[in-house]
Amino acid sequence: MGLMTLADLKSLASTLDFAREVTVDVEYSEAKQWLAGGAGRKAIGYFPIYTPVELIHATGMLPLGIVGGGNQIEIAHADSRFQSFVCSIVKSTLELGLTDRLKFLSGMVFHSICDPARNLSSVFERNFPGMHIEYIHFPQNFASKSSTVYLESEYRRILDGLEKVAGRKALADDLNRSISLYNRIRATLRSLDKIRVASPQLLSATESWLLTRLGMLIAPEDYIQVLERALAEVPTRSARLKDRIRVIVEGSFCEQPPIGLIECLEEAGCYILDDDFLRGWRWFTSDVPIEGNPLHALAESYADRSVSNGVKHDLREPKAAHMVRNFRETKADAVIFMAAKFCEPALFDYALYRRAFEEQKIPHLFLEFEEKAWIYDRARSEVETFVESLLFD
Amino acid sequence: MANDQLIMPEPSKGSSPQKVPVAPQKEQKKTEYQGKMHLLQKEMIGRYYDQLTACAEGRGGKAVYMMISGNPVELIQAFDMIPVYPEVNALQLAVKKQSLPFILQAEEMGYSIDNCAYVKADIGMYFGGRKTPFATIPKPDLILCNYVGCNVYLQWFEHLQEYSGAETYNLDIPFCRTESGEPTPEDIAYVVKQLEEVIVVCEKMTGMKFDYKKLQRIVGLSAETGELWSEIKKLTRRRPAPFDAYFDSVTMMAPLYCLRGTEDGLRFFEEAYKEMKEKADRQEGPLPEEKFRFVIEGPPPWPHLRTFRDMFSRWGAVAVASTYSTVGGLWEFGFKHDPQRPLESIAMHMLRWNLTNRSMLQRYQQIKSYVEDWNADALVIHSVKSCRLFSAGQGDMREYFTKDLGIPTLLIESDLEDPRYFAEAQLRNRVDAFFESLEHKRLLAKH
Repeated sequence: MGLMTLADLKSLASTLDFAREVTVDVEYSEAKQWLAGGAGRKAIGYFPIYTPVELIHATGMLPLGIVGGGNQIEIAHADSRFQSFVCSIVKSTLELGLTDRLKFLSGMVFHSICDPARNLSSVFERNFPGMHIEYIHFPQNFASKSSTVYLESEYRRILDGLEKVAGRKALADDLNRSISLYNRIRATLRSLDKIRVASPQLLSATESWLLTRLGMLIAPEDYIQVLERALAEVPTRSARLKDRIRVIVEGSFCEQPPIGLIECLEEAGCYILDDDFLRGWRWFTSDVPIEGNPLHALAESYADRSVSNGVKHDLREPKAAHMVRNFRETKADAVIFMAAKFCEPALFDYALYRRAFEEQKIPHLFLEFEEKAWIYDRARSEVETFVESLLFD
Repeated sequence: MANDQLIMPEPSKGSSPQKVPVAPQKEQKKTEYQGKMHLLQKEMIGRYYDQLTACAEGRGGKAVYMMISGNPVELIQAFDMIPVYPEVNALQLAVKKQSLPFILQAEEMGYSIDNCAYVKADIGMYFGGRKTPFATIPKPDLILCNYVGCNVYLQWFEHLQEYSGAETYNLDIPFCRTESGEPTPEDIAYVVKQLEEVIVVCEKMTGMKFDYKKLQRIVGLSAETGELWSEIKKLTRRRPAPFDAYFDSVTMMAPLYCLRGTEDGLRFFEEAYKEMKEKADRQEGPLPEEKFRFVIEGPPPWPHLRTFRDMFSRWGAVAVASTYSTVGGLWEFGFKHDPQRPLESIAMHMLRWNLTNRSMLQRYQQIKSYVEDWNADALVIHSVKSCRLFSAGQGDMREYFTKDLGIPTLLIESDLEDPRYFAEAQLRNRVDAFFESLEHKRLLAKH
């Protein structure tokens, strides 16, 4: 780990450098440092897409976003457990476990996002009996009021389990304190997102990704300070608006593209105004209310205060409707649908998106990626060709 | 007719015609015992499909699309609506070797080669006129997505909703995720509440008032059907097993899905049980000699069913239990629908007593019970590319069975619907090598 500490992060530049280091550290040194900083501290890992991190935080434990091994580890053990037609993030996350890199965690939380991720939670349970493994079944019936009642009870069940691990209860006040803190974080991220749409030359998608991912790897009390300083500095940057097309990127809500690929897309001529990278961390469209029953507030917000995402099969509107809205509101030029290889939900969504692209006459490009890639030549040339076709049409 | 033309005798005709080769002895035997049950199934499923065609041609009935695993078909039957199963339609297409053109059509529309081929075949068929060799499939009046574990179910029906504009209800069934494996009281309450909402939807759609007593009668039929299915399955504990619990179970599964909750369905299973019990009492099996007993996990390669079956039967290997035959429901471990608590027991069937809503670790235990209680020599894991619910992580399953339990396990790969993913020679070699080694171990153990 570098010489930098959180105390040194006084500028956006140093924050981004720090984020670059932390986000490729598959030994999770920052988290381990936090654990060593106090007696009895524990950390709970969580897999994509959305996790109610407040439940973990309110019991005094550190929520840590485990999003696979990226292009930092070789898969040498996990590929005998999961087949070739399964996405990389499932295998690399298991590899992190099988190589003892997750031993410092007291537990992991998985969710009902897709079949491979769900099976992964079973494989974790069997192979790491010392870890507290949780699986959250998120509701899929948005038309029924009973789904919020159900989710509140599900959060209660999860919290009961976390309290046992932590050795302490999380009362309503504890939960509301956590919700307030994470509301502040999310509001700051939303402000940064607004800047990107209005003035994309001030904050790149790469930088936004780094700032977001950082928040999943350090204590939120430290993160909010770093993030608010960044928000103060971004509008003061001077940057010339380049001759690029304005795009929305969707489809990468779980397995993440390597940071180099995001940079490559931008360098190939795109301003990425909005994306669904690390979508779970930017789940809410407004603050979760502070009320007497925080579990209810979180459960209700899941359905009614959240962004559209493919794994929420919300039948109240067509799948691609939010994307079309976003495209028009941001005055984008095109949409890039970028899915991880073998990502079942994204690949299904694409069939419906494609219809919408054609019906709405939205210029679009389909790309596939793998988290473990190092070379992006093909993607670069596809995007460059696409950009040219739009700029010089 | 030219003398050099070979004409194979048709199975339904009794004696072999002159001047042609006689079919091998074991083929004739198989044909004979499949006779009554097989014919009854053909007749009943034929009638079911005629109902679908009639509906498609506007001659009445409301079509309700559902998934076969853990569903509330009893409720649909109570409103005289017609259950339509896209999964069954897809597998029928594959069996009749007609799935590929539809899969290709879906891929043209933007579906990936990595998407579940059941869905692609169905979507391709939907846009391809919905005419199949067995029926014209009606467009849905109601899409009732019973979300029991399989996330693809949600995608599939969401797509059909956008294409058809039909009323859709996502029946959300919480997954088996607690430490005990049991649903919570809140889970059950949530499902029952949703079933009550489905009743309102059906009342509006049919103009019929909900008849609670009728539902109770239908749930009673399901209970008896499930009980018989459970007894039939237990027959394969005997040596020799009277039927193959994978390849012959497919004959019995269609009525279980399409006719559960009906008098016809019950009658079929009464006949099937009678026949299988008689076979068992006569100590007759599907093969001349039962040399190996295996448990098989995973859906079959529908487009290559016969070829796949032959790979095992040439070794005298008979499947005594299969996980795929429990997709529609698990009755052999004590569950029974309860007509006194119709909605709660339908909820329990969907929450706990079907394969897809149960965790992988619960499936490991299910297979372990089969190996132990059905006296199997080995486990065969048939991994299918399309179905990640079944397949993702089967390498870990193999680890558990070989390393933790010491049970000989074979892991092979193909697909359930797409005929392109079947490497016949390679598969045959793997199966041969496996049973050869089992045979060898047996010989060594004798000496």
